[in-house]
Amino acid sequence: MSGLTIENVSMRFDLPNGTSVQALKDVSLDIKEGELMSVLGPSGCGKTTLLNILAGFLAPTEGRITLNGHPVKGPDAERGMVFQQGALFEWMNVRDNVSFGPRMAGKRERDWGANVDHLLDVVGLRDFKEKAVYELSGGMQQRVALARCLANDPDVILMDEPLGALDALTREKMQGLVLRLWKETGKTIILITHSVEEALLLGERLLVMAPRPGRIHEEYRLPFADEGVGRDLREVKKNPEFGQKREEILGMIWNMEEEIMGRTEAAQ
Amino acid sequence: MIVLLIYIAIFVAAYVLVKFVARKATTDYASLKTVTFGDESAVVPNRFASVISILTIFLLWAAFTGSSLVPSFLHAPGPFIGDATFTYTAEADGVAPDDATVTVRVFEVGNDAEDPVVDPGDGWAKNDVDTIGAWRSGLIRVDDNDEYGRDQGHVVTAINGTPIEPGGSVETDYGRVGMSPKGTLNFEPSKGWQMEPIWLPAPEAVLARLSEIASDGYRDSTLWEHLGYSLFRVIVGFFFGALVGIPLGYAMGLSDWFRGWFDPIVEFMRPVPPLALIPLVIIWAGIGEVGKIILLFLAALWIMAIAARSGVSGVAISKVHAAYSLGASKWQIMRHVIVPNSLPEIFTGARVAMGVCWGTVVAAELVAAEKGAGMMIMVASKFQLTDIVIMGIILIGVIGFGIDILMRYAERLLVPWKGRV
Repeated sequence: MSGLTIENVSMRFDLPNGTSVQALKDVSLDIKEGELMSVLGPSGCGKTTLLNILAGFLAPTEGRITLNGHPVKGPDAERGMVFQQGALFEWMNVRDNVSFGPRMAGKRERDWGANVDHLLDVVGLRDFKEKAVYELSGGMQQRVALARCLANDPDVILMDEPLGALDALTREKMQGLVLRLWKETGKTIILITHSVEEALLLGERLLVMAPRPGRIHEEYRLPFADEGVGRDLREVKKNPEFGQKREEILGMIWNMEEEIMGRTEAAQ
Repeated sequence: MIVLLIYIAIFVAAYVLVKFVARKATTDYASLKTVTFGDESAVVPNRFASVISILTIFLLWAAFTGSSLVPSFLHAPGPFIGDATFTYTAEADGVAPDDATVTVRVFEVGNDAEDPVVDPGDGWAKNDVDTIGAWRSGLIRVDDNDEYGRDQGHVVTAINGTPIEPGGSVETDYGRVGMSPKGTLNFEPSKGWQMEPIWLPAPEAVLARLSEIASDGYRDSTLWEHLGYSLFRVIVGFFFGALVGIPLGYAMGLSDWFRGWFDPIVEFMRPVPPLALIPLVIIWAGIGEVGKIILLFLAALWIMAIAARSGVSGVAISKVHAAYSLGASKWQIMRHVIVPNSLPEIFTGARVAMGVCWGTVVAAELVAAEKGAGMMIMVASKFQLTDIVIMGIILIGVIGFGIDILMRYAERLLVPWKGRV
């Protein structure tokens, strides 16, 4: 079977002071190939933990994860990752960063050269191939990170607040780029974000998680990602349904935050 | 004290002058900032100040050593040279007090001087002559040629009309005349404000010594051999220190067992100054090359190990995660992520280590060596050859500075992203 399956995943770890934290409890999900899913939730709801487990950087205490039928045991090239801050290699130029995956796999330039150059075209960095990455702006660095991830041709792309550090305008452009890449490549994408709007725009499926213990609170299926492909995202946002969903989810997260605050105050 | 005051005066005067001129000339971005006090980025070294600073040091040095490199009106007053005179009043039993003149020829040490010729004069006290080198002093037995000696109760009661007692002294135009407890006069010609070459030689004397030693050598070795030996020890010691220290640091940064095992050793050895190890290294390995290289190896080892360790710790975990997600193996992550990412730290460590090694090698050579820059100045100091000592210190400073410049240049070339991430 193809796609990413998460079965009853729980994550619990001990703190040095003797207490333990239930970061995730009984999370189950089926993500089909080519799906674009955004994950939203208040801080401490375990969304980054979930992503790290999917990437293979953490092992869950219970449950299992399978990708295309085989279990996930550790990091692998089949699951690409895009971080909040590019996590680029400063000692390599743009092209060497993008071709890192194929080069590490021992492929020759004639096998990856055309693809890497094509990806640099797609993210609009054709003229910056030979530049050092620290000379680029934040948005350009993030485009390098996207291209680097795609150059390795992963089955699933995991994005950890990839646009969180960008300014509002750049962010909007990058959202359009993510949608376009998703449609063009047909990759499965899981995207974590803090922004409700971003989650609505970049999610066929939207997962709202709740904290303590981290769990899935609500799941939506949304039309906006499909609508937004190739279009001005500001048009999508004008859709009254978009505004209504945004208010609904904002209210939901607001309540969760209130509850956390109340609980903390009560504990004091 | 006077030197310090002159120095401060030049500092202030140059500041006022340069600010006055420069404020009108520059219109770059930094000069348009109104808030510079507290804005560290607005503070860049003023190159005028640097140049004037260096010139000032040489000017003061030249002025207070009477150097021929600067015009003589800039010289500080030198020691008195020439014929100094003073008169003394002597008393003896049963005769009236009488005056006589003492003429002292003050000459530059190193030149020959003859006694000045004077008329013996009238009265029972006769005029005296003597010679004294500049910056020296001498006893003058004025009663030797007088008609009444000490056994007739000869005592000096006044100099230039000023009364004097045993143990006292009188200042004259030419210097100080003192009287010993037993009543003998001694004359100390005025020294001026210049330094005697034995304390501080003039710049041109140091320069002359440099060219002499550069061509003839010192202590059976040429100058280049002395400096070359010191440099050779530093480079070999540093090389082995880095060769062992960097892998050790990587191991400590990558493995908890290595970290736990070597942490106590490294943290204990790091604060031990390498100079404190000199006696032990001499006991174990002698004063030859091996001992010196072991010492410098130890000086560089801990610094490089700690630099490499913090270089590994400084790798952003997201970069390592990204590399794993891109399919890199452990070895590839080591080669393509951890090593390049730690280079800036390693370069910083290498600069520190080279500085420490250079200082340690000079100190070790001061203690015991047959060749080397430290040995050269140590031996010279034993013979009061101040010019060699100063020349050696300047050369040691120049080489240390040169090493640091080279390291910085290499750093810019190899880790251009340093400080820009």
